[in-house]
This record gives sequence, structure tokens and C-alpha cells, in this order.
Amino acid sequence: MTDHLLTASGLTKDFRGFTAVKQVDLSVERGTVHALVGPNGAGKTTLFNLLTGFLTPTSGTITFDGKDITGLQPENIAHLGIARSFQITSLFDNMTALEHLELALASPTGLGLKFWRSERSLEQFHGRALELLDQVGMADHATREVGQFAYGQKRAVELALALALDPQLLLLDEPTAGMGIDDVDRTIELIIRIAAGRTIVFVDHNMHVVGSLANRVTVLQQGQILVEGSYEEVRQDEKVITAYLGQAHA
Amino acid sequence: MSETVLESPKETRYLLDPAARRSRMIRRTVLLAVGLIATFLLPWMIYPPVAMDIAAWALFAISVDLLLGYTGLLSFGHAAFWGSSAYVTGLIAIKSGLPFPVAILGGMLAAMIIAVPIGWLSVRRAGIYFAMVTLAFAQMIYFVANQWKDVTGGENGLQGVPSNFFGIKLVESDSFYFYYVAVLLIILGAWAAWRIVHSPFGRVLQSIRDNPARARALGYDVEKYKLAAFVLSAGLAGLAGGVFAISHGFVSLQELDWTTSGKVVLMTVIGGMGTLWGGPVGAALIVLLEDALATSGFDGIGIITGSIFIVVVLLFRRGIWGTATLLIEKARKAIVSRKRS
Repeated sequence: MTDHLLTASGLTKDFRGFTAVKQVDLSVERGTVHALVGPNGAGKTTLFNLLTGFLTPTSGTITFDGKDITGLQPENIAHLGIARSFQITSLFDNMTALEHLELALASPTGLGLKFWRSERSLEQFHGRALELLDQVGMADHATREVGQFAYGQKRAVELALALALDPQLLLLDEPTAGMGIDDVDRTIELIIRIAAGRTIVFVDHNMHVVGSLANRVTVLQQGQILVEGSYEEVRQDEKVITAYLGQAHA
Repeated sequence: MSETVLESPKETRYLLDPAARRSRMIRRTVLLAVGLIATFLLPWMIYPPVAMDIAAWALFAISVDLLLGYTGLLSFGHAAFWGSSAYVTGLIAIKSGLPFPVAILGGMLAAMIIAVPIGWLSVRRAGIYFAMVTLAFAQMIYFVANQWKDVTGGENGLQGVPSNFFGIKLVESDSFYFYYVAVLLIILGAWAAWRIVHSPFGRVLQSIRDNPARARALGYDVEKYKLAAFVLSAGLAGLAGGVFAISHGFVSLQELDWTTSGKVVLMTVIGGMGTLWGGPVGAALIVLLEDALATSGFDGIGIITGSIFIVVVLLFRRGIWGTATLLIEKARKAIVSRKRS
């Protein structure tokens, strides 16, 4: 029997008559890298927001590591071991990279509520924060404010932040969106490196990225699952080809 | 949607570089020394009750800055906490005759207790909706105080609030000496605000201000943090309101009026949001201006303060303090780079 870390069944999200995600059944096997692809508006980001609690499903259930997490708040889902990155780079511009990591590492400790302590108490996380920044190749820029970073560097900090929560499941929303070819390859290597011992679900439009990373690919179209299989299977599937060409011709 | 109504200045927080850290330490110490000296000299320079007003409004503005500048929440109902505390402080002082700091403590606690349900309901809303919900609650409290005449005195207010202080006549009856005791409470409140802002909690608040969704994805319960900030802010506003009530010896409905909420936001924005020092600067400016205009018989104070507000919002978004520190920082950098070349 396969070991599923994440299972969504009959997942539906209705926005006042517009069904963005329709009866989606998705199972993510533990330890695999799973890609979600599909044309714009296929419901990928909505699905991500459902899985991470930023949206509440209209119907359907989500099970993570044997627990029903349907309807939980994002912060609680984060504590259970699901970390996400955002499609649009979403950092605190006037904080240094190190401060970002400190904030992420302090999150499960409850230190954040201690308004009577000095912020220097956050320095206890420096060691681990620097290790994480080193993993994504940003250790040299630890004390710079992220507002000054190039796009690829910001994405790297995003990854480090997601890793800081030491998640069992990592959800990456378009980790290579808007990147130049050099940054894309570097990010692929990075994801391969951090994938060891983790389960990753990611969305990407770049088929090179999908092909290099994914053990399994789910293709979404108009909120529904069109095809699921290995990259090779999906790539040759006629429905997928039509969906993409159809969109290109539209 | 951005939750701050006006652009808040970005303060560079702590740095790893020991030299930078030391120079920041020196700057902070100098500022603190100047601030304390100004606070202690104030009643020598101006009429002591006016000095007391400045100090009380300064802490009130700091309490608003904690929410507006550091958490990104514009409360338009902070008079609820300042005023409620003023009434409770006054009632405790009148009925029990306890030393005034005890009465103020009681008022402050009352403000924090009221802030729990109000905050709980309002932090679920963002931006202008948050402001409107806080305003609505403040109006409710105003209405209750106006109707509950047996306790609050209705439109007559609370008269004859004593400033008992362990039988020390000098403090109890001389506003000059009273100032020096009461201002210690204000300084304590300002220090608490500084501690909160520069704590792990303060760091989380600023992350929530800048990007609430990201903060949640990192595992922070945004509403819980906003509520905690709201209650702490209400406590500081209450402390300030209590001092104000004792210093004046009476409490009027004006302390709960929406214009009081507006005035403190005005002070905070004029002084500079997200700076902590801005509140006191704005408070000093507005209180002195009102005092000068009132004594000269001019009764269009609103026109003057309103015009200043418009000028600040249009031209100096960082407020007086924010703009001044920006200019000093620029000058400092220019000097440093000239020295190098």
C-alpha cells in the first residue's frame, strides 16, 4: 500500500457561482515531488490556498498525515508541518534575510508573544538561520535588507523561510516564475537538494522545471483534474496536448 | 490591500555589525538623554498644567503609534480607552481617596478590560473597516457615559477628583511638584512602549503590518497578535487618560468624544508614525498651539491644526520626526562619504 502524506478528496471551491476548483481528488505520496500544471486559471493557486488554509473549501476534505485538516487556519496548518512559498514574492522588505529566518524559526517556540523581552533574544536562532541561508546560497547576504535583493535572491530567501519551519510537506507556488534561465537552473538544483527526505508539491509553468523535478504530475484544467501520471505519460497525453494547444490558439 | 492608511516610515532594525550597533546605541542614548532633560525642564519653561497635558497626550499618541505605526491598524476610537480610564480613575480617587497612582492603575486596567471585547471584534476587520468599528464602539461608550448620570455626572462630568499622594501637600496641591511625580508614570508608559516595539513581539507586529498573509504562513496567528497589541495600546492610552484626569481634577464627556480620538491620530501622524518619538513631538506641537491660540482669544483652532495636518500628509508623509531623522541620516551619510573620498 502506498503511503499518502496528503489526500484531498472531492475538493471544491465555489466563488459566488464560479467554481474555481471542482471535485478534485489528489493524493501525494510521501517522499515524492509532485507537480501541478495547467493553463492560467486552471485553479492551481486556488488549490494551494485550499491546502494551506488560506481558503476554506466549499466541500470536500483534506487529510494530512492521517489528520483531517479541512477548515484549519493557515497558522495552525503551518504548525502541523505544511510550509508554503508564495507565487508573488512575499517578504518583509525592510527586514534583513537573517531577521526573516529568525522570525520563521521563532514561530513554533512562542517567543513571538513575549513583548517584555528584548529582541536580542531572537539571536538564539542565528546559527540555524545562517545554516538555512547557506543551504540556499544566501549566507553572504544575511544582514542585508531583502528589499535590496535581486529577484532570484528573494526567491531563495522564500525557500529558506519555508524550510525554516522544517516542514514534512513543502508547497511551492511557481518557484521559478519570472526567472532568467540561469536562476531557473540554480533553483532546480536547490529544490533537488532540499527535496531529500521531504515531500514537495509545486506549481510551475516551465516544463523544463517540471520534467527535471517531478516524480508525478497532475494536470488541472478549469478546476478539474485532466490527467495524472509520470512526466512522460502526461507529456504524451492527447488531452493535455489539446488543452495546451487549445489555449495557445484561443 | 494595504492596512496602513498612510505610508509608514521604515526603520532599520538591529544590525549584526558591532560598529553599527554601537553607533546606534550612542544615538539612542543621546536621544533618550535629550528627551528626559526636555521632560524635566518643561514645567520650568511653561505653565506646569500645560506641561502635564503635553506629557499625557504624548503617551496617548505613543499608544496610537503602537497600533498605527507598528501594527498597521488605524484606531479611530482610542478616546474610549483614554476616557474610560479617566472616569474610572476619577471615580476611584473620589470614592476611595487612595493615592492617585493607584487610581490611575485602576483606570488603566479598566481600559484594558474594555479593550478585550472591542479588540476581539475589530481586529477581524482591516483598513477603514477597522477604523469604523473602533469608532462605533467608542461612540457606544460615549453614549453610555452620557446616560449613566448617577455615576458619571452626565454632561456635568466628574467634579472634584482629588490628587491624593500619601499626604504630601506639595505634590497634592502644587501642579509643579505634581508634574514630577505624575510624569514618572508617563515615562514608565513610554518605556513600556519602547520595550514592546523592540521585543520579539514587536518584530512579529511589524511583519504583520508589512505582510499579514506571509506572517500567517510562518505560523503566526495574526488576529491574536493584533488583539494583544490592541489591549496593550489601550492600557497605555488608559494610563495617559488617568494622569490627565487627576491633573485636571475633573473628567468631562470630552474625554470620550470622537474628536479626542481624531486629535490623537492627528498628533501621531504630524509627529511621525512608526517612530515612537513622533507622538510626543506631535502632542507638544498641538497642545502648545491650542494653548497659545486659546490665550490669544482665537477660536478657530481646528482650522490651524487641520491645515498643519494637510500639509504634513501631502508633503511630509513621515511626519516631523520621521522627516527630521531622514534628513539627519542623509547628512550623516554625506559627511561619511566625503570623509572617505
